[in-house]
Amino acid sequence: MVLAKVVGTIVSTQKEQNMEGIKLLLLEKIDPVTLNGKNDFVVSTDAVGAGLDEIVCLAAGSGARQTTLTKGVPTDASVIAIVDSIEKDGKFTFQKNKNL
Amino acid sequence: MILGKVVGTIVSTNQNINIKGAKLLLVDTCNTKGEQNGDFLIALDLVGAGYDEVVMISQSTSARETPMTKNKPIDAVIVGIIDVMDEFEKVVYKK
Repeated sequence: MVLAKVVGTIVSTQKEQNMEGIKLLLLEKIDPVTLNGKNDFVVSTDAVGAGLDEIVCLAAGSGARQTTLTKGVPTDASVIAIVDSIEKDGKFTFQKNKNL
Repeated sequence: MILGKVVGTIVSTNQNINIKGAKLLLVDTCNTKGEQNGDFLIALDLVGAGYDEVVMISQSTSARETPMTKNKPIDAVIVGIIDVMDEFEKVVYKK
């Protein structure tokens, strides 16, 4: 899995039948230390209800279809977890609702 | 598999992984000497890898070939902790 930040949502009315009814998020992959975006964007399905500006855990490939919400959905990228904290080398580089 | 060094942990309560006792480790990919590349990924720990240990990571579909991650949305797992690595009969990494 990789770390990403929810930077927006995607709306698509004309799409594959099985994609209907699932939320699409615009994610930007981030660096876990600086939390800066890597200018690498992904459209991903949302399996946990992640909101804007939240740091999330993105599963790619066939793993993205292994959640109850994304079973049978032709997605190869899904948000599977909302990150509460990132700790690296003994220090927190990110803690949710605590601005460092 | 790829080589990585365990550099941190990720805590997440609101998640859809639903594996009891799932430990998500922050791993930096590294070379055979254990020098980090700065390319991070998150992997589920199956073998109790500790901080600063060089580990083997299996990705994509084969990450679900373990009892703990069967049919779970996981695409990277730590499958082993490296003790010794040698290249051309010269030890390049020792735990």
